[in-house]
Amino acid sequence: MTLLKFSHERLLPTLSEPLEEVTLTDWRENPSGNAGATALVVDNDIPLSDIASDLSGFSVVILNFPKFQDGRAYSQARLLRDRYGYTGEIRARGDVLRDQISYMVRCGFNAFEFSGEDVSGADKALREFSFAYQPGADNEAPVWRKRLSRAAAA
Amino acid sequence: MYRYDEFDATLVAERVAQFRGQVNRRLSGELTEDQFKPLRLMNGVYLQLHAYMLRVAIPYGTLTSQKMRKLAHIARKYDKGYGHLTTRQNIQFNWPALVDVPDILDELAEVEMHAIQTSGNCIRNTTSDQYAGATAEEVEDPRPYAEMIRQWSTFHPEFSYLPRKFKIAVTAADRDRAAVKFHDIGLRIHKNDAGEVGFEVYVGGGLGRTPFVGPTIREFLPKEYLLSYLEAILRVYNQQGRRDNKFKARIKILVNSEGVDGFANLVETEWNQIKNSGVDLPREEIDRIHAYFASPKFENLSGESKTHKAKIAEDKEFARWARTNLAEHKTSGYSIVNISVKPIGGIPGDISDIQMEAVADIAERFSFDEMCVTHEQNLVLPHVKKDDLFAVWSALKAVDLATANIGLVSDIIACPGLDYCSLANTRSIPIAQRIAERFSDFQKQEDLGELKIKISGCINACGHHHAGHIGILGVDKKGEEFYQITLGGSGAEDAAIGEIAGRGFSSDQVVDAVEKLVDYYKNNRQDKERFLDTYRRLGAQPFKEALYDAA
Repeated sequence: MTLLKFSHERLLPTLSEPLEEVTLTDWRENPSGNAGATALVVDNDIPLSDIASDLSGFSVVILNFPKFQDGRAYSQARLLRDRYGYTGEIRARGDVLRDQISYMVRCGFNAFEFSGEDVSGADKALREFSFAYQPGADNEAPVWRKRLSRAAAA
Repeated sequence: MYRYDEFDATLVAERVAQFRGQVNRRLSGELTEDQFKPLRLMNGVYLQLHAYMLRVAIPYGTLTSQKMRKLAHIARKYDKGYGHLTTRQNIQFNWPALVDVPDILDELAEVEMHAIQTSGNCIRNTTSDQYAGATAEEVEDPRPYAEMIRQWSTFHPEFSYLPRKFKIAVTAADRDRAAVKFHDIGLRIHKNDAGEVGFEVYVGGGLGRTPFVGPTIREFLPKEYLLSYLEAILRVYNQQGRRDNKFKARIKILVNSEGVDGFANLVETEWNQIKNSGVDLPREEIDRIHAYFASPKFENLSGESKTHKAKIAEDKEFARWARTNLAEHKTSGYSIVNISVKPIGGIPGDISDIQMEAVADIAERFSFDEMCVTHEQNLVLPHVKKDDLFAVWSALKAVDLATANIGLVSDIIACPGLDYCSLANTRSIPIAQRIAERFSDFQKQEDLGELKIKISGCINACGHHHAGHIGILGVDKKGEEFYQITLGGSGAEDAAIGEIAGRGFSSDQVVDAVEKLVDYYKNNRQDKERFLDTYRRLGAQPFKEALYDAA
């Protein structure tokens, strides 16, 4: 596993910093006993409603891909960014492979426990598409917005 | 017809380049087959019984002659000279080599085509009414909305690894030719009491092992909220749809377990949070897409064509075809032409390179360069002048595409079955061929009227047997092919799931069994009743008796 962080449109290998992890369930049961925790681990079958108040103390939220075909965490990441305004690190854990990382970035992930070998390939895969048809949790303007601004400029 | 701008063209070209890389990484062993499989499926590449299969997307079924000629070229150069029209209005090639697939995709990209999301657990090709843009029945043309859905769903970062595949259909007419109630999401464009146009939204319809007619979760969705509402449905499904069992992973199972109201509440709650957050298209973009689908410049013609009338009087065969294969056009002096791709004894939906080129030529000359694949595996020329009908028929006849059987007993939907498919239990194609041969007399077929037979070679129901007036399901019984019959299904606006008639029939018996049902109908129908109407009036019992008593 290599920890990759997304910054300035690139994926860069990063040394794993020591995190004190706590699951959402444990945190909710015993916040004082977990006061030192820095990373909140949220399983992908946990509904995120009412999570806003849990987020403030954490600099990292870790979401899970038990298999890369299990796409629930994409929605969780979007909700963290779009609905709950979480601005810290969202880290992908589990079956995290090159061909899915660009979608993860579009949904708001910015750190990856990369299971593959080819880090530069994963970085390259981020730039395989120049545009996106739909808005995501990233800053990419959808194609229709680009069409509008082009028409306005013409 | 939608045309790509540089954004669409760039994205398709980039997908081809990406897929070429993925194929190379598979061939070099960097990707395992397990890792590669979802990637190739999301680009339409299946591994079948004997070879790879490539499914090419035809958004809402619409083709130009340029596209059709390219498909003919691909059939000839990379395949065995034919393609197969599918029930999602797509076309698939049964024999390409994996190493050729990136080159095929490059060739498709030249004519604004691709294989994106024609398989895999993502949002598939959005289907629509094959008479869209040509029928007076529609409230408005449904295709612009299908195109908006195509763009929104393409490479959707959140919804590309769903619990299971996801199919959307849009129609705008009361007569449903798109089977919208058998889709994960069906959209029916209609007017509310205030005269505003919007969507009725059906969710959780489907065939397969657990068939459901999709219930309505919203009677009226204002048009401008289409994409945010779809996004809300998909977000609920992506998070809550089952992933522990492939056979319970479709959205219909979630809708059923939550209850229709419960599911609708989940969607409405989600939608209320996102409906004004920038997912929906602005007016300018909606108008831009609509403009591509403006009606062609029709001539001012009289509703009656003297040429056509004379030819009808002259040529009985043409007259029969005109009765069975034409539909009313919205414009005076024009007709909608259905091309049957179900020749008697042929393989339903198979079309050769030569036939594709012939249809392309005919469409270019006589139908404003437009044609459409139907979900019943036929083709439509949407805008043909009545004066030209005889010429069109003659040109179709020359390539064996003038079969006069649209909607009749020999116009059968059949899945590829055990002749191609690795999931099938039984063959489907030979059953379809033998039924068509049994009822080959065109006069008798026409006398029987609308009768929809649909055949699936396994419980996955790709041949839509649940929705057949007579459905046939192939099952394996101790190594022998057996066929179960269902009765009374419908994929139209009166959607219904067929009821199992009783014990199955062997391959030798099944055609006789169908004939018994047809005979019973013929002897007991009233007035102009269709098979389905007689069945609904009399109920299942007498049909079952006809089927089993004499057996």
